[in-house]
Amino acid sequence: MTEAQKDPSTKANFDFAEANQWQLMWRRFKRHKLAVVSLWFLVFMYGMAAFCEFITPYTPDDRDVKYLWGPPQGLHFTHPEKGFSLIPFTYGYKRLKDPENEWSIALEPIYEKTYDLSLFVRGEKYKMWGLFETDLHLFGVQAADGSPGFIHIFGTDKQGRDIFTRLIYGSRISLTIGLVGVALTIVLGIIIGGIAGYASGWVDMVIQRIIEVLQSIPQLPLWMGLSAALPVTWSGVSVYFGITVILSFFGWTGLARVVRSKFLSMRDEDFVVAAKLLGASRMRIIFKHMLPSFLSHIITTATMAIPGMILGETALSFLGIGMRPPTVSWGVLLQDGQNTTAIVLMPWLLLPGLCVVLVVLAFNLMGDGLRDAADPYQN
Amino acid sequence: MARYVIRRLLVMIPTLLIISLIVFVVIQLPPGDIVTSTLEDLQSQGQEANEETIAALRKTYNLDKPMHMQYLSWLGGLFVGDLGYSFMYQQPVNTLVGERIALTMLIAFISIIFTWVVALPIGIISAVKQYSFTDYFTTVLAMLGMATPNFLLALVLMWFGFEYFGVSVGGLFSPEYINAPWSFARIIDLLSHLWIPMVVLGIGGCAGMVRIMRANLLDELRKPYVTTARAKGMRSWKLILKYPVRIAILPFISGIGGILPALFSGSAIVSIVVDIPTTGPLLLNSLMNQDMYLAGSFIMILSVLSVIGVLISDLALAIVDPRIHYD
Repeated sequence: MTEAQKDPSTKANFDFAEANQWQLMWRRFKRHKLAVVSLWFLVFMYGMAAFCEFITPYTPDDRDVKYLWGPPQGLHFTHPEKGFSLIPFTYGYKRLKDPENEWSIALEPIYEKTYDLSLFVRGEKYKMWGLFETDLHLFGVQAADGSPGFIHIFGTDKQGRDIFTRLIYGSRISLTIGLVGVALTIVLGIIIGGIAGYASGWVDMVIQRIIEVLQSIPQLPLWMGLSAALPVTWSGVSVYFGITVILSFFGWTGLARVVRSKFLSMRDEDFVVAAKLLGASRMRIIFKHMLPSFLSHIITTATMAIPGMILGETALSFLGIGMRPPTVSWGVLLQDGQNTTAIVLMPWLLLPGLCVVLVVLAFNLMGDGLRDAADPYQN
Repeated sequence: MARYVIRRLLVMIPTLLIISLIVFVVIQLPPGDIVTSTLEDLQSQGQEANEETIAALRKTYNLDKPMHMQYLSWLGGLFVGDLGYSFMYQQPVNTLVGERIALTMLIAFISIIFTWVVALPIGIISAVKQYSFTDYFTTVLAMLGMATPNFLLALVLMWFGFEYFGVSVGGLFSPEYINAPWSFARIIDLLSHLWIPMVVLGIGGCAGMVRIMRANLLDELRKPYVTTARAKGMRSWKLILKYPVRIAILPFISGIGGILPALFSGSAIVSIVVDIPTTGPLLLNSLMNQDMYLAGSFIMILSVLSVIGVLISDLALAIVDPRIHYD
């Protein structure tokens, strides 16, 4: 054994655990049970959105004329005549003829017709991620003789389109619009806030005023004005990016303030002064030394900004000036439930709203957990 | 103090100028103008308009002038209180917006009161009884309140009111009171229709307020002066209400400025859902029909009100908080 190895200050002999900033954060984050649950819920939702073509039994524009305005279909295990079945099944339905009301939407199950739930069934053709064509769906129903049935676990809308399918497809728009918007917000916030904090003086003064002005305008009316400006002729993708930019229009101000105050408070910290004295360039100081020290803070602020954007998209689309059909988003879906009559007759049309609430709740809880975890002074 | 007020008022001028510029740019963004959309209407009815009519229309609406001249004439009008002319309603904007702005402010005002009445006690209780059942329960409720979109809550309340009380809660008055003269019964009827926006907006505001109140009060409760007072034998609730709460309550006052824009935003969408004639429905309509002066003036007025709200809450804070000196 050499002398060097005996030295207690070397790693090998001292036997201590080493954790970097992120590992410490993750450890603190894990203590926040609700935040962890929220994280997994969000992973699940984004996973569904990513594989929506495969997970859903139909495509968003499939119409089931036999099941218009259909309530959520139950999965049954027991049949009034055949008794218990291990494999859940659904019934066939027929429209009840009401002599007094031609437009009656009541449906009645046909007990003779049962369809077993099965996995990996062949159904409507689709193109997975626009790459290859297939007709394999995660689940569906089949009768014993192979005749097609239908399964609408969240019901159908007035055109007989499957709400569950549309909900999952819609999540692709509604969930990603927040992420893309926040990405844009982070870039704007860091650049503008960084300039304000580092340059200070009149530049800082001007940027501060602009932020104050933007924060004092009521967001929604201005959002409405901006999105009314999106040309009707635009394709779904263009509208999507248009809305994202509109949502980020206000979003960056909060982050810019955080970045600015961090820059200001950090400008005279020892490690920054030391770097400066050692001759590091301005860019190196900013990106190598200052930015990492409050990156966790930025991530937290960004996470907290996502729900606002999801709510914003939903509200705009709900009003008919955001995403437009045939594009499906949660806001677009909620348009169908705009009046009391529709909700009283078809409460399941509000299910997309429930999704919005759950996702926003999860983001808020996760943001809470992140904030606590990112704070190095908290035990 | 007087100097501070004057300085703040002076700062407001450039702020409002910038806002007016932003607003004007935004309402100018849609391609085409009211004349093109009128033409489209005419064409869909099978009528053709000739060049002269189009030019005449543009002239009457001042649309033939260059952009900056349009802006300056609109801005000049704003200074003397002339909000422009609504193409859609063929009326001056002033006559259209007055009542709606008043109603919007009324709803914002009662929502703030509702928020305070609900959020204050809840915030105090969940801070004093930290980690109790009440604390967890209200925290969960507050989180839910923050996560629910305004319009969804309005929809659910409408559905609830219809399903369980059999009343249709849309609109501002019940049918029998719409044209009735003002009376006590009519006021009651008005209030019975205003509770939905009040509750919806109030709950949205409450959620944030409860959490702020709780956090602030918790910070205060840990301070030495609380321990000292307690050691001297001061009664618990009297102590809490007299000292820490007085400090923790300050964000409520400084927060008015911050929540006003949010309230105006929220009341716009809730009013559209429950069909209450505030600024919201008319704004949406004017935006969709490119009625630019109507839309622009609406956004402008709401912004001005928000800016004034911030000023008032800053001044109120200076009065309430003796530690603040403005010199």
